[in-house]
Amino acid sequence: MKYFKLLISLVLTIGIFYALNTKLGPLPPLGKFLNPHSGIWQNEHDESINGEVNIPGLTDKVTVHYDEQMIPHVFAQNEHDLYKAQGYLTAKHRLWQLEFQTYAASGRLSEIVGDGALTYDRTERRRGMGYGAEQSVAYMKKNDPETLQLIQDYADGVNAYINQLDPKDYPVEYKLLDYKPEAWSPKKTALLLMYMTKMLAGRDGDLERTNVLKMIGKKNFDLLFPEFFDITDPVIPKETDWSFIDVPQTETPSNEVVLDEIKDLITKPHPDNGSNNWAVSGAKSTSGNPILANDPHLGLNLPSIWFVMQLSTPDHNAFGATIPGALAVISGFNQHIAWGETNATRDVIDWYKIEFNEDRSKYKYDGTWKDVKVRVEEIKIKGKETYIDSVLYTHHGPVVYDENFKSKNGRAGYAMRWIGHDGGNHQKAFIGLNKAKNYDDYANALKHWTAPAQNFVFASTEGDIALWIQGKFANKWEGQGKFIMDGSKPENDWQSFIPQKFNAHTKNPERGFVSSANQHPVDEQYPYYVFNDGYETYRNRVINDYFNSKEKFSVDDFKDLHNNNFNLKASELVPHMLDHMDASSLTEDEKVVYEEAKAWKFNNDVDEVGPSIWRQWYGKLFWTLWDEFDNDSVSLALPYTYQTIHLLKNNGDHEFMDIVETKDKVENSKDLFLISFKKAAKRLKEIKVEKGDYKWINYKATYAGHLLQALPAFSRFNIPIGGDRSIVNATSENHGPSWRMIVEMTSPPTALGIYPGGQSGNPGSKYYDNFIDDWAVGKYHSLQFLQSNEATDRIIGTQTLTPATNE
Amino acid sequence: MSKKITNFIATIVLAYVLSLFLPWWSVMIAGLLSALFIPLKKAAVFFVPFFAILLFWVISTYILSSANDFTLAKKISELLMLGGNPYLLILVTGIIGGLATGISAILGKQLSSISKSK
Repeated sequence: MKYFKLLISLVLTIGIFYALNTKLGPLPPLGKFLNPHSGIWQNEHDESINGEVNIPGLTDKVTVHYDEQMIPHVFAQNEHDLYKAQGYLTAKHRLWQLEFQTYAASGRLSEIVGDGALTYDRTERRRGMGYGAEQSVAYMKKNDPETLQLIQDYADGVNAYINQLDPKDYPVEYKLLDYKPEAWSPKKTALLLMYMTKMLAGRDGDLERTNVLKMIGKKNFDLLFPEFFDITDPVIPKETDWSFIDVPQTETPSNEVVLDEIKDLITKPHPDNGSNNWAVSGAKSTSGNPILANDPHLGLNLPSIWFVMQLSTPDHNAFGATIPGALAVISGFNQHIAWGETNATRDVIDWYKIEFNEDRSKYKYDGTWKDVKVRVEEIKIKGKETYIDSVLYTHHGPVVYDENFKSKNGRAGYAMRWIGHDGGNHQKAFIGLNKAKNYDDYANALKHWTAPAQNFVFASTEGDIALWIQGKFANKWEGQGKFIMDGSKPENDWQSFIPQKFNAHTKNPERGFVSSANQHPVDEQYPYYVFNDGYETYRNRVINDYFNSKEKFSVDDFKDLHNNNFNLKASELVPHMLDHMDASSLTEDEKVVYEEAKAWKFNNDVDEVGPSIWRQWYGKLFWTLWDEFDNDSVSLALPYTYQTIHLLKNNGDHEFMDIVETKDKVENSKDLFLISFKKAAKRLKEIKVEKGDYKWINYKATYAGHLLQALPAFSRFNIPIGGDRSIVNATSENHGPSWRMIVEMTSPPTALGIYPGGQSGNPGSKYYDNFIDDWAVGKYHSLQFLQSNEATDRIIGTQTLTPATNE
Repeated sequence: MSKKITNFIATIVLAYVLSLFLPWWSVMIAGLLSALFIPLKKAAVFFVPFFAILLFWVISTYILSSANDFTLAKKISELLMLGGNPYLLILVTGIIGGLATGISAILGKQLSSISKSK
């Protein structure tokens, strides 16, 4: 009996141990997770910002002053120590995010979250993310060991932090998912840069457009997807003289489009990933100093994509937004210059149809058979066997779609040609910008930038302003890469690249300002083929109209423009719809909405109902008009908004206006206005019941979601901010100005900056999301640009990093 | 009566000392050891160490969390579907610790009776 009791109690003990020590389903291992000594209670504090820390490999002391925003101001004696310190500090404040982003980049999420992420992981592997990162590291090894050494220094800094980390101090997400950090390496920095490249330049629509072409034919295609809109207000001013370009565009071969249909496509980055930047010259500035602004529009996440730092050595002193995983300041300023980026959204991905031989070991090219290379991707899965995916590589690049992935066509595959796979030295561009003293240094630093193509805005204390559209661009023949191409024909390959010096740029233009907002980079006069893959047509016009509206501008004007909620898109269609729609059949309820729409002055402010009506009305209108495109069985590119509105206003009887479903009736644009208005009014009424009203603030309900599938507990909801996509204040539901910066080029520069997050990655810290409220109401924080290694009264803590002795 | 108090205190002291170099299951060792050397009877075998660690963990976590305005506790409470109430999370933490300790104490008690009967 005694032994029986013993056995029972032993089983019980083992049982409770197992139950509390193991992650069961979505629940963390509760004993590990909740105990006071090593569980989440150890994360219940702000970060330590005082004292001394020993770091192996430092050559000299590094001082870190923290200001009241928890921004670290780093004073190192040389660049190696500086980037070591950057790695260390980034890991200290953002370790989980730092690592998670590279897991996401390389297609390793299944390792952490299980097989739910397998398709995602396979997609990233087949996109060649790891391959591209390896190409970058190989390129640097061969051509630029110096930069690679700095990247290694950064890695050493991250690892110094990880190595001294007690498991009880692991960020809370590790405890939740029950895993631990691994060592950082230069390849991870390369992966992070691939991630940025994918996020900003990974959105192509070649296959979707091919499907559309097949469906509606060339004439209609050209109508909906023109190379230029009838209004073009390009990044590089129209009056630019291109006569210095002496290398011609590639000649167009006689060629036929491959009309294949691919139904199920890989997921694309967010369509709104874009940005604004601009700068005015001294002559156009009220103070006489040039002023520069930047606001990158990205997903609103916690922890934020940005981490603000001051990074200095005796030779340079840079300040601004960094990205965990990348070295140096990405959008910021130093004592001499300021810079910022917007996405150039150029088409740098093309697709080739591949024809394989029987056993898929060779593919057809130029009349012969070329060998296929195989890259074996091992995808580890939490709690399951490793998944092996063999990805075939051609000289174009990886065969993303084949019989093993989203395609059933055995002998055919679709290979991706992406500039991201070419390797490069992106990091050198930023390290150079951080040290640049003038226009020439800036222009030289940019030469190293290949992808993702960016509009780099520039201003200097010397009084110059400039903007380069920098990236490595194929010199394409007219129309190349719009649709799938036949991969067996050499003339379809990228023949050459546009020489870097012929990339579109402008320095001190006559109009006294430069600006970019993801619109067309150039007009028709630029001698190379620049495919319109859906350039912005609204924010750019609001911005440029603003700078043409008066003589001089101040920092306050810049703030106003960042927070400008004018909805140009709505203002170009709503009056037309109200004028032309037959309102006689509206019910009482509908009339209320009609009057509200009429009263709206097209500002997307938080208390307006107009923006909600517009969203509903235009959304319903779009899908009533493009019912031909509402097709679940095939992925289609959607007609551009500008072109849609143009068609509705100028060609209201076009065959597309007819609703396919109503066989006995032919609709025109006026009918569509009314039908969609009634649908919108009905939906708005429902929203009113659900939410109490449909004011923009509640309708939009902006939120910043935690990187882990927006875990509600670690996210912020109902952030009271106006704006929307295609508006200068580009804040939609979960996307918008992820960093707002204004720099006046005094000597040294004076700067304002803010982002929707906080410096800490720890949800238990008050610095986790403390900027959000100020950001939402359009406030800025003045950035404390320290000129020497001396604490001011706004410094709340100082930590010294010292070389570890004899380790 | 005093044996219960001795066991109660011994469990907490052992748990504290062991926690300095063992993971969370140090409380299970503490429960087992105190039951082995200070055996109790009937329901007390379970409940005395249960309440000892419940109290220990509740006080420890309260001290850690109140110093930071329960910022993280509120979020974890929401995460674990406890309605964002930090006190409830603290109580659940205590119960989990107590449960593990109490059960391992039963094992300790059984081991102690076997060794005595030999």
